[in-house]
Amino acid sequence: MTNIAAAAPARWRLKQPSIIPGFGLTLGFSLAYLSLIILIPVAGLFWRSAELGWAGFFAILGDERTLRALYVSFGTALAAALVNVVFGTLVAWMLSRYSFPGRKLIDAMVDLPFALPTAVAGIALTTLYAPQGWIGSLFMPFRIAFTPLGIVIALVFIGLPFVVRTVQPVMEEIDREIEEAAATLGANRFQTIRRVLLPGLMPAILTGFALAFARGVGEYGSVIFIAGNIPYVSEIAPLLIVIRLEEFNYAGATAIATIMLIISFLMLLVINLIQAWSRRRYGNA
Amino acid sequence: MFNFAQGLGQGFGKRLGAVALGLSLTVGMTAGSVAPAFAETQLLNVSYDPTRELYKDFNAAFAKYWKAQSGEDVTIRQSHGGSGAQARSVIDGLEADVVTLALESDINAIEKSGRIKEGWRTRLPNNSSPYTSTIVFLVRKGNPKGIHNWGDLVKDGVQVITPNPKTSGGARWNYLAAWAWANEEYKGDLEKVKAYVADLYRHAPVLDTGARGSTVTFAQRQIGDVLLAWENEAYLAGEEFGKDAFEIVVPPISILAEPPVAVVDATVDARGTRKVAEAYLQYLYSDEGQNIAAKHFYRPSKRDVVKPELLKALPDIKLVTIDDPIFGGWRKAQPEHFGDGGVFDQIYKPGK
Amino acid sequence: MPDQLRSSSATSPAFRDPASEGLLAKVLLILLGLAFLGFFLVLPLVSVFVEAFRNGFGDYYEALIEPDAAAAIRLTLLVAAIAVPLNLVFGLAASWAIAKFEFKGKSFLITLIDLPFSISPVISGLVYVLLFGANSALGPFLKSYGVEILFAVPGIVLATVFVTFPFVARELIPLMQDQGTGDEEAALSLGASGWQTFWYVTLPNIKWGLLYGVLLCNARAMGEFGAVSVVSGRIRGLTNTMPLHVEILYNEYNMVAAFAVASLLAFLALVTLALKTFLELRFGAGATGGRH
Repeated sequence: MTNIAAAAPARWRLKQPSIIPGFGLTLGFSLAYLSLIILIPVAGLFWRSAELGWAGFFAILGDERTLRALYVSFGTALAAALVNVVFGTLVAWMLSRYSFPGRKLIDAMVDLPFALPTAVAGIALTTLYAPQGWIGSLFMPFRIAFTPLGIVIALVFIGLPFVVRTVQPVMEEIDREIEEAAATLGANRFQTIRRVLLPGLMPAILTGFALAFARGVGEYGSVIFIAGNIPYVSEIAPLLIVIRLEEFNYAGATAIATIMLIISFLMLLVINLIQAWSRRRYGNA
Repeated sequence: MFNFAQGLGQGFGKRLGAVALGLSLTVGMTAGSVAPAFAETQLLNVSYDPTRELYKDFNAAFAKYWKAQSGEDVTIRQSHGGSGAQARSVIDGLEADVVTLALESDINAIEKSGRIKEGWRTRLPNNSSPYTSTIVFLVRKGNPKGIHNWGDLVKDGVQVITPNPKTSGGARWNYLAAWAWANEEYKGDLEKVKAYVADLYRHAPVLDTGARGSTVTFAQRQIGDVLLAWENEAYLAGEEFGKDAFEIVVPPISILAEPPVAVVDATVDARGTRKVAEAYLQYLYSDEGQNIAAKHFYRPSKRDVVKPELLKALPDIKLVTIDDPIFGGWRKAQPEHFGDGGVFDQIYKPGK
Repeated sequence: MPDQLRSSSATSPAFRDPASEGLLAKVLLILLGLAFLGFFLVLPLVSVFVEAFRNGFGDYYEALIEPDAAAAIRLTLLVAAIAVPLNLVFGLAASWAIAKFEFKGKSFLITLIDLPFSISPVISGLVYVLLFGANSALGPFLKSYGVEILFAVPGIVLATVFVTFPFVARELIPLMQDQGTGDEEAALSLGASGWQTFWYVTLPNIKWGLLYGVLLCNARAMGEFGAVSVVSGRIRGLTNTMPLHVEILYNEYNMVAAFAVASLLAFLALVTLALKTFLELRFGAGATGGRH
């Protein structure tokens, strides 16, 4: 911690000068806590998967079953995150702009996917979307549960609050005068939304997308009930990790976890960099 | 830390210290209060999923017996989960006094970690399996698809519900039972046996991760025509989801599933509970233990001590054991069939 | 509030607020949103409560006071009571450092904070097993001093902290970045100490966002299943949390009790959110992070 501050020589500055105090303390504490809770345990994960050596690592990475599971996981998470971006933004808009009966209740309910144990969510969703379920029976003979589509359903449920809760506060902060100005200048409502509002909302939407996506990639508890778990078709990467563990193959399990972790990290980093860039470019909010 | 000299740093730092101290005290205290008080003897039995009801009854019976025998009170705590996951917890330090798991290979894995001494399988009678079970079919009332034997499972239009052998111990017995039948049917022609087992899994629309998940899929969600299940699970499902909805079909040949038990040497020696832990497992072989097992539809290892009416539900059929030359014991069968890239994995290889 | 006044005036056909949608578009959007929420949120929740009350209130109550269930509820509350304050302190510190200062590697740091979201819960538990397990370097060492981490309360707390790690920070960072540093700089130049600035200037600005982050963190802390199941050992009445107890009951085919405990979790979340709504109405300040 000290060396971060001490390692700031005159020419190269770690941080821009500021009269606000507490940088060393807060950053130091954050880094220490981050290291203890996240970085050291995750480093243990990397270290364990390193037992395999490069050859073993790439053998797992190149295995068709692993690739297929990663494809299923990332593909369904992407689809679910996109659904959530569209409908989550719509819900946020609805909750922050319109008044209708039951608005407060719905506002409160949006967070439920966080609170409900994932296994319960999985069981409840499977009950609904199974061929005999309330919703599933409506769509027969088209099957939802026990196909990749079922996975998407579960991930939409899990990821929804991330989009709504990152977009909603920003939406509430938007100054109505901007919209009025746009309207005065002759923009129709659609143009105002697309050209004026959406650019301001973009960073928040992007964050919501990233978080929903990241969460979906790793989700296990709710998915295994509804997925069907057929290898090469509806087998998700976290299930493959569990399978490796069942074989007492810790190195194999941690290798898949490491691969997932690296991909997710890179994607999150890219999105956060885009955000930082847009913040610099367009200023604060 | 560099900016500590400033006002915020000092005040915040002090408070932070106080908070941290308070928190660590809370953690310490609550950990103390949650940890069991060892005024009486406690045993931890780490078991797999379908044995909950069995051990609920048996633990009460044993506590009574032990009180009469030694005058000591004993409380048995239970932990249930997937057999493999439970074995991993024990390997990683869960202080089980005894393990009662679904598969010999799971206890072998614990043995490999050194927490159970070698030769555990011969320490108790009957390969350390006080009760056994087998795999039967649960079909819908009236058996509309006419399923009577393993060959019927791969008829057109039949959907088979079985859990994933990679994640469920029970599912491995399902697989082996099907293999045993096919081996006899095709006179040991390995290619035909493999083709049959592959065909069987192509009839499975869902692979749940555990035996009980499959039961729910079949009984509650009404998916599939036949459920491959532990004998005791099939009876239990009938009781839980309505006796009139299902029928149990016992195939003429199946596998002898031997769920083994063992004392975890590392724990009992550290905690000084060896005597009671060994008595606990031995009591499973007693008349009372055998009757409790039979009551929960496990096949007792000593049929002669069990009330005849309990045995009626457990008909005599041809049972192939895991030590039969076609499997060659768990130490050989586990990697060959269920290991990474094993026979089961090859079934799902695309283009086959 | 003014938006709502305005939208009601928009019903008069002569005047249409140019900065709002037509009534038809509004109704359609609301219906679309409600339909989506109905399929993905309301129905799953309703089905949980329907199952829970299938056999009437008596059975529901029985399921909750049963000793193992009560122990699970106590443990869950205890774990949340430790994990949430820890992540609250971290969230405040991290968002202060990130939002109030410009420094190198900031995006990298934010991404590290996001990381626990993307790690599969099974792995979140496994990392601590690898670190503190009987076969690690640290586990036996701590054990020789009588410190139990895995298969005891500390392990469950650690796994929960890991999983809920980003919530408070993630809620506060965008909010504080939007608010900028002007208020704090003004306070400091008027002679306030750093601590006073934080307490009297920053905290009032972020209190709703903070409350919100804490609520979300708490909800997730109580509901986490995957990570906790790996480190808990699942000892009945001792190391089972509510979500684990739900799974046990479900696996015993005791659906009513399973959904009763699950519905209690959902209910706790609804209560905390109702509390938040009440506080907002009572103490004003509009929605999350109103500026003064």
